[in-house]
Amino acid sequence: MANSLVQEKAEKETLPQNTRGLLVPQAEVTRQVKPAPPRYRNELAKYIIRRSDACTLCGKCVEACPQGVHVLKPGYKYFAAPHQHVCIGPSCQGTDHYCVDLCPQKALRMVENPMMKLLGDYRWTSDMILATWKMAETGEPPGPEYDYQYECGDSGGGFDRIRFKFPDKPSVELSDDEIDTSIELNRRNDGRPRIRIDVPWYGGGMSFGSVSNVTQLSKARAAVAFNTFTCTGEGGYMERMMPYDEHTITQVATGLFGVREETIQRVRIVEFKYAQGAKPGLGGHLLADKVTQAVARMRETVMGISLFSPFPFHSVYSIEDHKKHMDWVKHLNRRALVSAKVSTPIDVDMVAVGSYSAGAHIVHMDGGYGGTGAAPDIAKKNIAMPIEYAIVKVHDFLTKEGVRDKVTLIASGGLRNAYDIAKAIALGADGVVVGTGELVALGCLRCSRCESGRGCPRGIATTDPELSKQIDVDWGTQRIINLYSAWHKDLVSILKRLGLRSVSELRGRTDLLMHLDYTNEPVQKK
Amino acid sequence: MPDKYHIKTNPVAPRRPRIGKCGVVDWREDCARCHNCVKKACVFDRYRQESDYIRGLKDVDALFFECMGCFSCVQQCTKGVLALSGNPAYERLGNRYWTPAVIETTWSQAETAKIPVSGAGYRGRFTGPGFDSMWTDMSEIVRPTRDGIHGREYISTSVDIGRKPPLLRFAEDNKRHGPPLVDIPMPVIIDIMPAGYRIPALLPLFKKVAAQTELIALVDWNDWAQVGNDIEQFLPYLAPYLEETAALPNAMILGRIRMVEISDGRHVEQRIKDLKKVNSGLVVAVRIELDSKGVERAIELGRKPYIEALHLAADINGDQVGAKNPRFVKDMVREVHNALVKSGIRNEITLIASGGIALAEHMAKQIICGADLVAINLPLLIALECQLCEICQPDETCPARINEASPRYGTGRMVNLIAAWHDQLIEVMGAMGIRDVRRLRGEMGRALFFEELEEATFGKLFGSRKS
Repeated sequence: MANSLVQEKAEKETLPQNTRGLLVPQAEVTRQVKPAPPRYRNELAKYIIRRSDACTLCGKCVEACPQGVHVLKPGYKYFAAPHQHVCIGPSCQGTDHYCVDLCPQKALRMVENPMMKLLGDYRWTSDMILATWKMAETGEPPGPEYDYQYECGDSGGGFDRIRFKFPDKPSVELSDDEIDTSIELNRRNDGRPRIRIDVPWYGGGMSFGSVSNVTQLSKARAAVAFNTFTCTGEGGYMERMMPYDEHTITQVATGLFGVREETIQRVRIVEFKYAQGAKPGLGGHLLADKVTQAVARMRETVMGISLFSPFPFHSVYSIEDHKKHMDWVKHLNRRALVSAKVSTPIDVDMVAVGSYSAGAHIVHMDGGYGGTGAAPDIAKKNIAMPIEYAIVKVHDFLTKEGVRDKVTLIASGGLRNAYDIAKAIALGADGVVVGTGELVALGCLRCSRCESGRGCPRGIATTDPELSKQIDVDWGTQRIINLYSAWHKDLVSILKRLGLRSVSELRGRTDLLMHLDYTNEPVQKK
Repeated sequence: MPDKYHIKTNPVAPRRPRIGKCGVVDWREDCARCHNCVKKACVFDRYRQESDYIRGLKDVDALFFECMGCFSCVQQCTKGVLALSGNPAYERLGNRYWTPAVIETTWSQAETAKIPVSGAGYRGRFTGPGFDSMWTDMSEIVRPTRDGIHGREYISTSVDIGRKPPLLRFAEDNKRHGPPLVDIPMPVIIDIMPAGYRIPALLPLFKKVAAQTELIALVDWNDWAQVGNDIEQFLPYLAPYLEETAALPNAMILGRIRMVEISDGRHVEQRIKDLKKVNSGLVVAVRIELDSKGVERAIELGRKPYIEALHLAADINGDQVGAKNPRFVKDMVREVHNALVKSGIRNEITLIASGGIALAEHMAKQIICGADLVAINLPLLIALECQLCEICQPDETCPARINEASPRYGTGRMVNLIAAWHDQLIEVMGAMGIRDVRRLRGEMGRALFFEELEEATFGKLFGSRKS
């Protein structure tokens, strides 16, 4: 290792520009949880209080509720719209401040919010969305009083049927501070920097164009706060991202849009995107309408002409070609780690070992059910295997090949919270990439209309100047920091209950998992 | 290289009000008249469209249900008087197999001819019965078929119906001599309508759709008269279906069509001979009901040298016909395919599969499971805004008014749907790196089956799967 660093120094003179030089001071963002209240006037809630005409405006409910659900502003004749989302629902029953019981006129009634049927889906249930919002607001995992079943979705398979086998009492009593959630990204011992991130996840690639500037910046700032990374996606590397260079992964995707030597030299990790889980094997297509002047400039293309990101890299037919690509990046930027983002075909194990052989530090598998952007429905549902299978398959294969500890295996594609992250790691990944969770923190509710009309009605996945004004960077940053904090706490509590000192100890510990559809008898390893 | 197969499409608007998943309910009496109305701010401009719609209503037979369900207005209303509600009419669409989501996506494809696209990842169940218990593969390196999707390279979706000799033989004139083949540009034909859905107005439309898309429409010989008068130019795109006892069509028709389908029966061989006697260039397919003996019978017939094509027909939901615990069509076709592969004759005959093909993905998956092509019927009916309410009786009022469908509307919607399916088939093939649909057939090594994946991954970790 020492030798290669010496060599790097010696070569500096012949290749003066080949090493990253920070052009601007790097941003500092503190990892501090602050309340980031939801941005809509009427937040959605699992339980709602209905007020009947019998109400005499006596104000007892306002006095009683410690959460501040009921709002009667002085000088106003009627109640304002209640803050439904802070109501803790039936778990309030039996306390001395249950408004329904306290109302002298019996004018209040608590009901399950009928709109919950329309919020969420099998993978992201309404409870999971509400819980994620709560985490983004408070920075804490929602307490049991909220009655959110957010650990699992309702998809009936994969992570949603896998549970941890928590012992009644952990084998070692650990305090929260003793638990290490950081992971190492460079295991090759090749002289390149050893990059450690404080949490076992980093942000997924969302390009400028697919999401707003504010969304990208909020993700980047949260990544700085947690000493982890965010990814630019395919659409080029904005200059305003420069203060976050230290925590940005730039993507070299098949369209090579906005890829320049300078952009590669700016970062600590470069990601080759071979495929993505939302549309495995299909490449991308940015519609002409979305190629605005700014997008065209960033991508070095012509405004108003739709852009194809082909599949696959047209210069890669083999592992050797793949290596050639990586060598090019490694040569341009002597400090960068290289990640290969691939999808999950049947032979994902061969793909992973091939990427390792070509020199990747990180093999990032994006499972078939993942993705945040717009994609053909037929691809999202049907093409490539779900990530749960791929992790096990690749982890086992790399172990058998004797290279498991020389490469960092990152999984993504439908990982929604700390429980999914922990399960992915227990199945064999080192860490994960998250995407949708961050967007939900910003107020996404997965209406799936990312592509319709002017773009995302919630102002997240849009470049429409008016729509994207709905979010400001400070709020967005805080929401993601809060979400990360809550996930971190959940992850620490999982490790604590399992008696594990670090998240790396969890890797591959399938013995700590059970599957609800299986007998879970001990099996002999084949 | 032949011209690329391209289906010309035009958007065809629905005739009926759309039945969307949700709508917005408001309680106007609580409105604060605050003038900050979020309705003006609807990103999709639905409120204005709704009022226009209501103004233009002649009779109140359907409300406006085009809300996109983004909750933005609900969450921003000053008084919180808006609420999103499910649309009960949407929930009532279709049935257990032909779900509201299937019907909705079919409608939108029939309207726009576009591949359905949406954001925010996959929303559905991890796995499910039937076609939902498998995934198709993708390839990280194999190129270049993605380019084919955008027109720069060629992905072939054409298939041949008929008997293929194991070896090519050329006569002295250098022409191929062998059994006849019907070459169609896409692995789909139009099936006869199932009982209960035999609406006379459909046949003239099918005839035109088949001609426009260069596919084949099967027409029950008993209903032949309904096809219409100007039949001659359409004959190459029509294939009469003859029941066991039906008399043969006249020589004029037999001489001009390319394909006939006959029902399975005791005299199959003789029927084929009789038909070939009139026109030796005819391809004769034999329809076998996939009932309790269907698979066995298909394998038996498939091995006969006089069989050119077998049409394996499950019921409309893809289930085994008349079985209590039915097998699914993909598994039955897979068994027939595998048995014929084992006998070394799979390449010699054509397998057509039908039943339960509701979405483009089903077509691709059924082909992967061993069919050369599929036959569809209900999706084309749904394209005309049918809701599968199953009251197709002369004395009942059809909510979709299929009988009043104009030829432009009817053929336009069906052609759009077929075009969207074609594009989706290419997406699947592109991802797999396969550029000829004939090579997709039986490519089970490039599919991922739920049971096998579970066994190979979780079975190893968690013991045996509970039944």
